[in-house]
Formats: sequence, C-alpha cells, structure tokens
Amino acid sequence: MSPRFIIRNYLRGLKFPFCPGCGNFTVVNSFLRAVYELGHYDLQGFVFCSGIGCAAWIPSPYFLADSIHTPHGRSIPVAIGVKLFRPELRVVVFGGDGDLAGIGLNHLLHAARRNVDINVIMVNNMVYGMTGGQVAPTTPFGTVTTTTPYRSFERPLDVTRLVATAGANYAAKWTTAHPKQFKESIKRALQTRGFSFVEIVSQCPTAFGRRAGFKTVAEMLQWFKQNAIPKEKAEKMSLEELEGKIIVGEFVFRTAPTLGDNLRQMLMEARKTCG
Amino acid sequence: MEGLLKPGIYFWQGNEACAYGAIAVGCRFFAGYPITPSSEIAEHLARLLPLVNGVFIQMEDELASLNAVIGASWAGAKAMTATSGPGFSLMQESIGYAFMTETPCVIANVQRAGPSTGQATKGAQGDVMQARWGTHGDYNAIVLSPNSVQEMFELTIRAFNLAEKYRTPVILLADEVVAHMREKISVPPINEVQVVNRKEPKKGDRAFFALEEVAPMPAVGEGFNVSVTGSTHDEYGVRFTANPEVHRRLIGNLMNKIESHKHEIVELETHNIDGCSTVIVCYGCTARTAYEAVEEAEKRGVKVGYVRLKTLWPFPTETIGELAQQAEKIVVPEMNLRQIFYEVQRAACGKAEVVALNKVGGGEMITPEEILRGVVP
Repeated sequence: MSPRFIIRNYLRGLKFPFCPGCGNFTVVNSFLRAVYELGHYDLQGFVFCSGIGCAAWIPSPYFLADSIHTPHGRSIPVAIGVKLFRPELRVVVFGGDGDLAGIGLNHLLHAARRNVDINVIMVNNMVYGMTGGQVAPTTPFGTVTTTTPYRSFERPLDVTRLVATAGANYAAKWTTAHPKQFKESIKRALQTRGFSFVEIVSQCPTAFGRRAGFKTVAEMLQWFKQNAIPKEKAEKMSLEELEGKIIVGEFVFRTAPTLGDNLRQMLMEARKTCG
Repeated sequence: MEGLLKPGIYFWQGNEACAYGAIAVGCRFFAGYPITPSSEIAEHLARLLPLVNGVFIQMEDELASLNAVIGASWAGAKAMTATSGPGFSLMQESIGYAFMTETPCVIANVQRAGPSTGQATKGAQGDVMQARWGTHGDYNAIVLSPNSVQEMFELTIRAFNLAEKYRTPVILLADEVVAHMREKISVPPINEVQVVNRKEPKKGDRAFFALEEVAPMPAVGEGFNVSVTGSTHDEYGVRFTANPEVHRRLIGNLMNKIESHKHEIVELETHNIDGCSTVIVCYGCTARTAYEAVEEAEKRGVKVGYVRLKTLWPFPTETIGELAQQAEKIVVPEMNLRQIFYEVQRAACGKAEVVALNKVGGGEMITPEEILRGVVP
C-alpha cells in the first residue's frame, strides 16, 4: 500500500509568503498531489528552477528539494544547463507570466523549439503582481492596472498556443477554477519526455482583482469558469466570439525526440568518426 | 583526452589556445552566443567537448548563455562562456548573480572597440573597468589579462582554478589582438597541468554560502536540498531581506574571500624595475609593444622598468605604491581612453608622475616608437 499524501514531506516547513486568496496555493497543492500520485513520496531527484515574481516563490526555498532561484526571466536557461549536464535529474521550472512570457519569452520559445526535456509551469495572474500590479503581456485588453490607469490598450498573448506551435511535446492550459484538470495535466507533463508546458490562469486578488473590478476571490474564479472555453469547442468558434475568452485544454501531445536524444545521437556519431 | 592534447610545440591562434586550456583543466560545459572576435573559442569547443563527454550548446543570446553555464556549474560542471563587449554587457546581471550565489564559472571576454557595436573586428582594451564594476551592487572581481597565445592557454587554466578555489566567476579579459594572432605555444603533458576542484561538502553539511572561508559547494541532485538564490541569504541559502546584518555579513564575506587572498591571486611580470626612474605599467596586447620599447631603450642605454599586470583585478595597489616610491615617472599605455591609468595614479599617491598613453580606433596598437617617445627623454 502506498503511503498517505503528507504535504509536509515535500516542504521545508517555512511559511509561504503569498497573500490570502492567492492562486499559488492551488498550484502548490495540485503540483505536490500530482507528484505524489505519480509515486514520488519526496522530491529527491527533482531540481526546481524559478526566476523572479510571486510564482517563482512556489518551489524556492519552500520545497524540500534542490532549488535555484535565478535572475528575472532566466530560469529556463539555468534549467537547460542543469538538464544537459545531468540528464537523469527531473528539472521543473516555475514562473509567472511576466517572468516566462515577458522578460523571458525568448528562452521559453527556444526551449520549446529545442524540445529540451524539462517541465515548465506558468502561473498566469495576468499582471506583474510582486511589483504592485503593472500591466503584463498577458493582461486582458482594457484592464485597469497601475501602469494603465485609464485602461490597457495592448492585446494579450496566448502563451500556451505559442509554445505548442514552437515545438513543445506537451502544452496545456487551465485556470484555478479547474484544479483537477490542472493536476492531471501536471502528471501528464511530468510523464512527457521532451518539453512540457502547463499554464494556469490564476487569481491575484491583491494586485489584479481589486483594480480590475473583482470584489472577492470567488468572483474571479466565477469569471474564469464563465470565460473558459474548452479547446475543442473553441476550434468551432470565430475569432470575434473568442475575444476575451480563456481557451483551456490540452493543446499538443506528441512524442518527438528530445534535445537530449538528438544530442546523444550526434555524440555517438561524432565519436565514431573521430575515434 | 591525451589524444586530443599531446604535449609539444604548436602554432595556434589565441582563441584556439583558450579552448584547449579549458579542455586541459577539465571544462566540460560551454554555452555561448556567436560574437566577433571571440567566436573561435566556441567553434573549437564545439568540436572538442563532444570528444571528452562534455556538452556544448549555442544559446539564443548571451543572457541564456551565462545562465546555462551557471545551471551547469550547479550540476557539477566546470563551465565557461566566451563573448565580446556587447555580449559582456548583456551578461552583467548574471555575473552579479554568479558572484552572489558563489557559482564558479569562467567568462572569456575578447575585447573589441566599443561602446555599442563599435568596431567589431578591431582590438581594444576598453572593458577594464566594466570587468571590475559592470554588475550592480558591491562585489569583488577576479580579472586576468593574457598577453600571448601561451597565456591564452595558461590563464584559461588559471581562471578555472581560481573560480573553483574561490567559488566565484572569473573573467579572462583578452583582446582581439591576443585572441586572433597565431604564434608558438608549448603545451605541457596533461598530467602536469595544475587542476583545482571546488571543495565538496560532507554528508550532513547544510551551510553552503557566505562562510568566512569559501564554503563547500554541493551539486544539485545529490540529496543536499541546496537552496540557491540571488537574494540576500543566510549560510543555508534562505532569503533574508529584512535583516541588515545578514546582508552585511554576506557581502562582507563574499568581498573578503577574494580580498584576503589577494596575495595568492595577483600575478605580475616585472623586468628591470630596481632603481629605474621610469617604469611602464602595462597589460594585454599593449604589453607586447611596451616590452619592445623597453628593449629598444636599453639598446640606447636607457634603463626603463616594465611591470605587466597578469591580473587586472584585484589591483596590486601596494606593489604600484612601492614602485612610485622609487620611480619618478610611471607610463601607462592602454588601448582605451584611460582606465587602469586612474588606478595606477590612485596607487601612486602622488609619489611619482603618472603619464597616460592612449590610443583607440581601428584596432591600431600603440607602437614601440610611441611608447619610446613617452619614456626616453
């Protein structure tokens, strides 16, 4: 019989720094449950890399594991360095939308293109939360933030769709109103060889919700539920109908060779030729 | 590896010598982005590393390159990148991160004329101060300055050894001239190459940062649950941003681990300095023409002292100070518009006249004649 899920086994016992009602708690719970359900009763063999922002605090230093808290936007290159030198380790990146899709987008796309065998979990709270609620590349059009005091005037990026196109072996997107599906996607991502990406649209009541007109966390979750359109259904809808919607589901699942596979193949050939 | 690096005399390019030096000292990871005039370091390592079970990867930019190096270093690799001015500028934030997290790594900066894109193929020595002060905050830098193809090999090895010993990023500050010229180099037997490895932790160790002596460094994946962060942290790697004492102790120890070993780090080459009233203080490619000027002056019956800085940082303030006591004039030739000059002037404390001799543009070196005019009355 497998041991019970005891969250303490995965944590250092330090107090998480998140605000009450923060979606990051859902992410912590879902991730650790997914890990447990895959049969890992601790985090040995995992290495966590995260950049700057609230989501980067999910693993570091709270998870009882190796963690590298990198400069802003650079968690993925650090993860690639670890993975290429120690392929047997399971390297997981946590980050927010600003960290991974703003300052670090270049690395995210190239990691997907390379199909490097790491898992990236992006918590998309649609805002720069830790710095006080500035507009992000993911902020819905027309939202009031601290740097768009009248309203935002740029279109948001659908990061998961982009990553799927760039060459990831797995990409899925959910919201914190879909914790079960999110957990299942994490399991799928962790079992995927190659680059996997799971986005979760998450509530930031402190820096996003209150300026965007949400009175409670429940209201935000309700908004996620009402705006989420399953990918299959979205495919039959027009672009106008999809304006402002959150398309959720699994965007890609394939088994293309990973960067590591291709690298090892090349090395074998090189050594044959060069003795 | 013996097959790759047989001892003997070779006719190598500086960048090639750097790549072989890296292989000789045990570098097994390179991540970089192409940039003139450093690209041959990447090209040679792309060929060599796969043959010694190492990893070479070309990244999407210099930010990714240095961060991949940092990741590989924490995975246990001796790792390096190579770049030039524009890329070196992009790496500055992560050089600070490597210093703050005590991550050993080597950054070869083959200098070209700047600022900005400048003259991509032309040599210069304009990054001396950036190499010391480029990242934000208080930190200490170790910067080595090769003046020959032989030293591109030897100082690459030394850069790795210092990085591993002091758990800090080390900058090999080469220049286009030294990196692109070809000349004779003597490669020693591989077992005679001095190799320093980082101090490993013992089972049960938990303090991996900011100790008074260099802390042991675990690799990830070995069960130490190491927490690495660029935020101010205690000896266990846990962030402490509210307590000024934690910050002072951290930065103090990081600064001091280099400062207190300055005597082991600093290397100078001197010639004729005793009793000379005129001394040249030089480094890198400029030292080549400066040495010729010293020889020429000697032929004309004028003894001129010669001090070559093999380490630019930490700066040998005391040695230059002593020199100023006995000399009347110190001449500082540089392919920039005065950088190490001010440091020499500061160290001289007004005891000797310090004269700047500068030239930038087009990769034109300061000629022996120009230096002679500065030193011979």
